[in-house]
Amino acid sequence: MIRDALVVAGKDLRLEARSRVALNQVLPFALLVLVLFAFALDPDRGVLEEATPGLYWVAVLFSGLLALQRSFAVEAADGNRDALRLSGLDPAGIYLGKVLAVGAQLLLLEALLGVGVAVLYTTELDGWPLLLATVVVATAGIATAGTLYGVVAAGLRVRETLLPLLLLPVLAPVLIGSTRAFEAALGGTPSEGWPWVGLMGVFALLYVVAGVLGFGPLLEEA
Amino acid sequence: MTTQIASTDEGRPSASAPEAPTSTGSRTTRVLGLATLVGFALLVLFSFVLSPADDNQGDAVRIMYIHVPSATLAYTGCFLTTLGSILYLWKRSQWWELVAYASAEIAALFTAVTLATGMLWGRPTWGVYWVWDARLTTTAMLELLLLGYLAVRRLPAEYSVRAKRAAVIGLLLVPNVIIVRQSVQWWRTLHQKPTLFSDGLDSNIEGLMLFSLFLGFVVLGLFFVWLLIHRFRVAWLEEQIADTGLDAAIAERRAEAGGVDAAGRATGPSAPGAPTLATGEAQP
Repeated sequence: MIRDALVVAGKDLRLEARSRVALNQVLPFALLVLVLFAFALDPDRGVLEEATPGLYWVAVLFSGLLALQRSFAVEAADGNRDALRLSGLDPAGIYLGKVLAVGAQLLLLEALLGVGVAVLYTTELDGWPLLLATVVVATAGIATAGTLYGVVAAGLRVRETLLPLLLLPVLAPVLIGSTRAFEAALGGTPSEGWPWVGLMGVFALLYVVAGVLGFGPLLEEA
Repeated sequence: MTTQIASTDEGRPSASAPEAPTSTGSRTTRVLGLATLVGFALLVLFSFVLSPADDNQGDAVRIMYIHVPSATLAYTGCFLTTLGSILYLWKRSQWWELVAYASAEIAALFTAVTLATGMLWGRPTWGVYWVWDARLTTTAMLELLLLGYLAVRRLPAEYSVRAKRAAVIGLLLVPNVIIVRQSVQWWRTLHQKPTLFSDGLDSNIEGLMLFSLFLGFVVLGLFFVWLLIHRFRVAWLEEQIADTGLDAAIAERRAEAGGVDAAGRATGPSAPGAPTLATGEAQP
C-alpha cells in the first residue's frame, strides 16, 4: 500500500513538474486572491492586518480547490480512471498517493503564500512551532478530505460546481481551527492554539480512514 | 422469432401493470395524514390560545412549539440518512438507500424550518435575526451538508453511480456534523463566554407550555413519518419508471426491428443487418 502510494504520488508530482499548472496558474491565482483582499479591505485602516490569518486560509482553501480539481482532471482524460483501476495498484494506495501529491503541492503553495502575506500585509511571523504544526495538520485535513470528495465528484459533467459545494462546508472546521491557531501564534498566546491543532489532527485521521476504506468502491463504478 | 417478439410485446404491458399503484397513498398514510391534520389543529389551539405567554419573552415563546420539535426531527432525519447510507453500502439494500434519500430531503426541509423559525424568534428576543452562536452556525452548516448530499443524489447519472456516491456522503454526514459542531462550539466559547440560550428557554417549562411542546413533538413527528412514507414511495416509483422506461424502450426497438424484419423479407438486401441484431439482443 505504501509503495503504491509512493508510485502514484511520484506520477502526479512528475506530471505536475512537467506541466507546471500549479506553478503557472494556481499559485498566481493564490497571490491574486491576496491582492483582491487588499482591494476589498482598505489596507490603511488595519483591517487587513487583523484579518490576516483568516484571509490567508481562505486563499489557501480556494487555491487548494483548484489543485484538487486538477488532481482529478488529469485522471479524467483518455479513460485514465479505468487504467488506474486495471493497474493492479491498491485503491487505498492510490488514495494515499493522491493525498501525498496534493499535500506536497499545498505545502509549497502555503509556504509561498506565507511569504506573500508577510510581505504584502506586513505580518510579523511569530510562534514558529505552532505555525508549522498548524500548516501540517491543516494541509493533511484539506488533502485527505479533498481527495475523498474529489473522487465523489470526479468523472461527472458537473464536477467543477459540485466539488466546492461538497467540500467547503466539510472543511469549515479546518478553516476555523487553522485561523484560530494562526491568530494564537501571531498574537503570542500559542497555548490557545494547540487544541485546534489536535482537532484538525482528528479531522485528518477520520478522513484518512474514510478514504482508505471508501476509495476502492468509489473508484470501481462509473 | 415472431413468437418471441409477440411474447415481449405482451410482456411489456403486463410487466408495468401489476405493481404500478396510481398514488402513493394507502390506508396507513391516510390515517396518518388525518391524524396529522387533527394534530395540527390541536397544536394551533394549544400553542396560540390555551398555553400562557412567557414571563420574559411574551408571545414570542409560542414559536418554540414548532421550532424545537423541527430541530429534533431535522437531526433525526440526518441520523436516518447516515444509517440508510451505511446499510446500503453494507447490505446493498435499495430499500435503505431510498430511506436515506427520502429522510435527507425531509431533514433539509425541517432544518430550513428550524432556521426560519429560529430567526423569527431571535428578532423579538435578541433584537437580531442572526447571531454567530454555536447552535445556529451548526444548523446552517448542517443545511449546507444536506444540500450537498441531495445534489449528489440527484446527479444526472446512472442509479448505481448516484446511489453509491451519495451514500458515501451520507455516511460522513453525521461525523461531519459532530466535528463541525465541536469546532464551532470551541470557536464561539473562546470569543464570548455566555451563550444567548442560557437564559429563557430551559429555565422552567411546565404545565400547559410543557404539554404544548410535547404535542408539538407528537404532531411534527407524525408529519415527519407521513412525509417520509410518501417521499419514499415517490422515490421508489421514480426508480421503477426509469427501469420500466428502459424496458419499454428496448421492447419498442425490438418491435421496430420486427417490423423491418417483416418488411425486409420482401425488400431484400437492406434487411439482414436489422434482424440479426434483434435476435442477438433477444437471445441472452
